[in-house]
Amino acid sequence: MRFLISHEPVIPAHYITELTDPHCGGFVTFEGWVRDHNEGHRVLRLEYEVYEPLAIKEGEQVLQEAKQRFGIRQAFGVHRAGGLDIGDCAVWVAVSSAHRAEAFDACRYIIDEVKQRLPIWKKEYYENGDSGWVNCERCAHPGHPHHHHGSAN
Amino acid sequence: MKQLKIEYFALFRERVGTAAEQISSDAANPQELFTELQARHTGLESLNNMKVAINDELVDWTAALADGDRVLFFPPVAGG
Repeated sequence: MRFLISHEPVIPAHYITELTDPHCGGFVTFEGWVRDHNEGHRVLRLEYEVYEPLAIKEGEQVLQEAKQRFGIRQAFGVHRAGGLDIGDCAVWVAVSSAHRAEAFDACRYIIDEVKQRLPIWKKEYYENGDSGWVNCERCAHPGHPHHHHGSAN
Repeated sequence: MKQLKIEYFALFRERVGTAAEQISSDAANPQELFTELQARHTGLESLNNMKVAINDELVDWTAALADGDRVLFFPPVAGG
């Protein structure tokens, strides 16, 4: 089970063999596209910055967790790095399993964890000429970096 | 003093103005180190959900630092 970072357009058909398995009757995928708006801004394009050594390691860890939790047979993921236009494929994850129920659940688990855990950052470029790092620009925390472990601050 | 290699990503890299720097520090853990770096780089803000890795392993902010460590500061992620 592999998780890849791609600097080229993602073409899902190229990866189908990663999921092929004669024991499998269900195949579920999720494909994330670049959207033309975010939080009230018109988005023109975006860039993904990826710390690849850890993104790949953490991505493969997520796939392993999905296999153990849901009993699926195969899983795969690929995330883009670099500049993307509206409508481009940003991320593609896929699962194959004996039956469909666990494939749907595992696919949802994988994309949710990928978005929260992989060291990948998205910079959006807006119609008004501004740009911004998603999840970063409005979350300044006045204090020390240990707040999320529960310290008072 | 420990010799440390610090790496910054995304917003942190832009705010600090460099992707990496070598420093000498007595900081015991990433939390102390980050506070020390904030004094050197005025744009380096503490952010909700920021993370830290030492030598490519995600760690707690109170993990021990050792001489020669590579310390990576990650602003909040936004994959997908």
